[in-house]
Amino acid sequence: MTVTLDGLPAGATVTTSGQAATRPRRRLDIGLLAAGAYLTVLLVAVLWPAALAPGDPLAADPRNVLSAPDSGHWFGTDNLGRDVWTRVVHGAGHSITIAVAATAIAVGGGVLLGLLAGLTHRVADETLSRTLDALSAFPTLLLAMLFIAIVGPGTVSLIIAIGLVTLPRHARVVRGLTQLVRRCGYVEQAVTFGLSRPRLVLRHILPNAIGPIPVLAVIGLGEAVLIAAGLSFLGMGPQPPSPEWGAMLSEGRNYLHVAWWMTILPGLAVTATVVSLTVLGRHWQRRLDGRQR
Amino acid sequence: MGRVQLRAVLRRVAAGVVVLWVAATAAYLAVLAAPGDTVDTLIGDGADTPQIRAAIIAEWGLDRPALLQYLDYLWRLAHGDLGRSYLLQRPVAEVIGEQLAPTLILSLAAATLGVLLALIIAAVTAGDRRPWLRRLSSGTELLLVSTPPFLIGLVLLSVLSFRLGLFPVAGDAGPRALVLPAVTLALPIAGLLAQVLRDGVDRALDEPFVLTARARGLREGVVLARHALRHALLPAVTLAGWLFGTLLGGAVIIEQVFGRPGLGQVTLTAVTGKDMPVVLAVVTLSAAVYVVVNTAADLVSLLVDPRLRRS
Repeated sequence: MTVTLDGLPAGATVTTSGQAATRPRRRLDIGLLAAGAYLTVLLVAVLWPAALAPGDPLAADPRNVLSAPDSGHWFGTDNLGRDVWTRVVHGAGHSITIAVAATAIAVGGGVLLGLLAGLTHRVADETLSRTLDALSAFPTLLLAMLFIAIVGPGTVSLIIAIGLVTLPRHARVVRGLTQLVRRCGYVEQAVTFGLSRPRLVLRHILPNAIGPIPVLAVIGLGEAVLIAAGLSFLGMGPQPPSPEWGAMLSEGRNYLHVAWWMTILPGLAVTATVVSLTVLGRHWQRRLDGRQR
Repeated sequence: MGRVQLRAVLRRVAAGVVVLWVAATAAYLAVLAAPGDTVDTLIGDGADTPQIRAAIIAEWGLDRPALLQYLDYLWRLAHGDLGRSYLLQRPVAEVIGEQLAPTLILSLAAATLGVLLALIIAAVTAGDRRPWLRRLSSGTELLLVSTPPFLIGLVLLSVLSFRLGLFPVAGDAGPRALVLPAVTLALPIAGLLAQVLRDGVDRALDEPFVLTARARGLREGVVLARHALRHALLPAVTLAGWLFGTLLGGAVIIEQVFGRPGLGQVTLTAVTGKDMPVVLAVVTLSAAVYVVVNTAADLVSLLVDPRLRRS
């Protein structure tokens, strides 16, 4: 008897877990709202940092070094007496620019290579696909480091390095979809109507092959922020005194025992950015999935 | 194993070898394509004397046709000759070999911890039995996956070492020094793996065989462990390559945070000192291990899941 009682609610799970896919949407709305709010503030910080922090991110105050968060400096000050809040706000521009530029390279290059691989015939496709496979075989961080070792550290090499290492996944998605789309009836029909090849690709294949790319790009943006923070933490990105987040974390690490706010608070900005982008991306993906079903 | 299976196995192995070859070539081309003189690139910040220049030209065969250089490079690589570090004036294999152990220990500890944590989390939170717990854990997982691993390390360091004095701040003396780095490296892994495993368990719970198991009167725990979790492990196995990459890339940063010796330290010194042979070796080796791990994972799924063999 206990067995049946045990089994019943568990049996009910089977049916409710199917609904669970749609139900969390209502719950996640709070999360989505918070993510949207944070990203709005972030956008303001990127476009007009003075609105949130009118001070100079590089202004040192030797009489007020390593002071804990209070009403005057509500993120505290660093080892040179610079206001950490001002630096975090102004650093958003650096960090987000790097991530956006890197993602643009990854998406642009990925779409181009994916289309190329998907449209060409066996040998070229095989070569491209294997090269992409090989690129994915390197751990992301190490591949980016190889690139930076060759061209030297700095903002531009950081952007290109992150763009290159995150490119293969976009290329792979586009390649797969291109191969599907080019076998579709409407494409074959367009071919029989004698549509020129460039127009065929631009008008019919491309729009249908890049469906999931915007969502991937939003989630990839978060990952780019993470990789950028890691690499510049290691000193491979923008150099001090630039208030880029990873560089701030790297500087703060040496003062962790006396001033946790120098590290943890800029770090939370990174985490909040990545969480918000991921929440946004997943929500968007779920909506797309819902529409396709 | 029948002939069909053997052919499937051989195909995976061949694909792995091809990827490995392309990866080695890509790394090699990256160095050749570097702006400036190849000899300068290879020396990096190392001592630059006419003797060393002559040695580099001889070792890399830079005075010979490009194709021969390339074949020579592959030949040396295939024989485990990773070249020479001009910055440290020592064979690369020696440098890496010395520092392999600390990184291996850290990675193994982190991988074990991460996988165990993920299994426990997935088993406890799968299904609809405890919705609040599930919500809590998926929120935590999102947080763990979205936080730079080194920040997790810095937070742990700040609270547990500096505030509470529970663990040493730096170094690799004794197992106590291993705890924080291993936990730091394990948490993001556990976060992602738990998501994948729970999804898998959820999907398995919808399958008819779970209904059959329940109808046979098996307890829910047994259904979960013996039927659902085992089913969910398969897609998780394909993450083995990703796991490895995360461990190695993570170790580079985490070793830096906790002042531990290891491959991370070697890599970082090599990158900042432009010690190309060392960087090249680390990158190529990591790709090689990734390919081996991935191929092994493919073969394991092939052996474990009869459905894959048939297709």
